Amino acid sequence: MSPAPAVQIMPPEKPVPMVSAPQQQPPLAPEPETPFKVEVQDLNVYFRANHAIRHVTLGVKPQTVLAVIGPSGCGKSTFIRALNRMHDLVPGARVEGRVFVDGEDLYARGIDPVLLRRRVGMVFQRPNPFPTMSIYENVAAGLTLNGIGGNHAEIVEHCLRQAALWDEVKDRLRHAGTSLSGGQQQRLCIARALAVEPEVLLMDEPASALDPIATAKIEELIHELKEKYTIVIVTHSMQQAARVSDNTAFFYLGELIEMGPTAQIFTNPRERRTEDYVTGKFG
Amino acid sequence: MPSREAIIDAPASEAAAAQHHASHPGTSNLGDRLFNSTLWILGAMILVVAGLIVLNLAVAARPLAKDHSLWGFITETQWDPVEDRFGALTFLYGTLVTSMVSLILAVPVAIGLSLFITQFAPPKLGRVLTMPVELLAAIPSVVYGLWGLFIVVPWLRASVEPWLGKHLGWIPLFQGPPIGLGYLASSMILAVMILPTIVAVSVEVMKTTPEATREAALALGATKWEAVMMTVIPYSRAGIVGAVLLGLGRALGETMAVTMVIGNSPQISASLFAAGYSLPAVIANEFAEATSSVHVAALAGLGLILFATTFLLNAGARVLVNAVQRGPRRVSG
Ligand SMILES: Nc1ncnc2c1ncn2[C@@H]1O[C@H](COP(=O)(O)OP(=O)(O)OP(=O)(O)O)[C@@H](O)[C@H]1O
Ligand SMILES: [Mg+2]
Repeated sequence: MSPAPAVQIMPPEKPVPMVSAPQQQPPLAPEPETPFKVEVQDLNVYFRANHAIRHVTLGVKPQTVLAVIGPSGCGKSTFIRALNRMHDLVPGARVEGRVFVDGEDLYARGIDPVLLRRRVGMVFQRPNPFPTMSIYENVAAGLTLNGIGGNHAEIVEHCLRQAALWDEVKDRLRHAGTSLSGGQQQRLCIARALAVEPEVLLMDEPASALDPIATAKIEELIHELKEKYTIVIVTHSMQQAARVSDNTAFFYLGELIEMGPTAQIFTNPRERRTEDYVTGKFG
Repeated sequence: MPSREAIIDAPASEAAAAQHHASHPGTSNLGDRLFNSTLWILGAMILVVAGLIVLNLAVAARPLAKDHSLWGFITETQWDPVEDRFGALTFLYGTLVTSMVSLILAVPVAIGLSLFITQFAPPKLGRVLTMPVELLAAIPSVVYGLWGLFIVVPWLRASVEPWLGKHLGWIPLFQGPPIGLGYLASSMILAVMILPTIVAVSVEVMKTTPEATREAALALGATKWEAVMMTVIPYSRAGIVGAVLLGLGRALGETMAVTMVIGNSPQISASLFAAGYSLPAVIANEFAEATSSVHVAALAGLGLILFATTFLLNAGARVLVNAVQRGPRRVSG
């Protein structure tokens, strides 16, 4: 991890906390209300007795990028998966609290997770291409599934280009998705998620297996996508968080310690633990 | 924390290992080769045993060749030990019909049950359900035969066959008097017998589908059912076919239960209600009483045909699977 906070990358601004953990309600003047695209209220996730996410409350504005950082095992993946109701099918997992997308509570009774997941795309921490499908079929899978028409070949090419994979696979689109390298599979999964044009994109360490060039391309992509989408990205790289995100949330032991504009989190955090983490004292 | 000695020791032992390696070049290689050739020999032995069985049967069937051609034996429908007229077709027909009908009955149920156990049932219920299925596999076939004789046959005679005859009687399969004993009874018993085999293997295969790919499908907006069709089914297709072939093998070779309910009458009939006979059943029933050498030879010939049928069906199914297996190419390059 970088020993120094990313001062050079993002010049400090006036700290404007978006939302904070309940115990530190800032008495700042309320901003004009832009409705949150994604809003989380008092979210708790349990794996049997393990209380993995504790009372998390935060909001993400439309067309912004939220970076989720924190030491390994602090619950970043658990948090981001809760935004897509991915815990529904995990035996022993239980979710409490409310998650709103466009003001609609995902965990309310009568909400169909299937319809929700079509609007909220996800790139998983471990690449998971469909093993029986070719590269092409992997990217087109969501199109076929959701009955999206149009020129699939064109969409597939576009998404593979966006994910910086096209040049490497254009001559072997009919080969198995699993025949690719780990980093290539990760980009394939990014392309697959892009194809269905989700409104909210959840990315769990999308660049963890990529070389610097591919990483730069993915970060560029995130900048591009921000024009249209709302993005939540988990990352272990402070520099990456600093480069791509508008806001950063720091998690520790399942709690949201601090959230605010990225520049402020890295240069002028309110919490001691945040500072220790971003300056590389632990984690 | 490793102890200080361990830290100091580690490089030393590594060096020793390296030296050991260097001073015996090819040692592990020799072990590999030994292991490899042992496996090769074991593999070859299976082929040798199978070959010897065929050879023995062929020798035993020799006397038949005097006045029966191979093709004549297969296509002849008469089976008359008194007149020394032997034809295999009725038995072959009975075996094929009962096996196929039992597959038609069992496979959809088995696949549905496997999917339910692995994908849709709560984990606990899934585990509870596999127990009776495994129990079914352990019941001796003579017990199935008894169950067939006392329960299934009367039920077919009294309810199922009259009902089928009334509503589907325009199909030749369901015409004729409802006697109970016959192809339909055998097929049903066989279906129950092969069900646990197919389920047990399919469940194991389906369980190997990586959970992460199912999550991938769900995240794209798939329903549970769509996710299963996108991931579990294609992933386990080859294994499911293998499971069905195992079931088919059992159905083709099943002797006791079939003998007890098929009616044991050498005739070919389009109706499933009719009594028939099967290859294993006639071999088992007549071998002890076969006196003339031609009769014994004819029974050995039936054995050969059974063997060949099993082999051909298996090979055919494999070819079929490979042909329809779309799927992307596995090699990169
Ligand atoms: N499927 C699961 N079953 C049980 N416990 C789980 C499961 N997934 C996560 N946990 C627990 O939840 C906690 C948070 O895990 P999570 O995967 O969210 O961490 P993370 O912050 O994403 O870590 P990393 O940076 O290593 O990916 C851990 O204590 C982990 O043991
Ligand atoms: Mg994680």
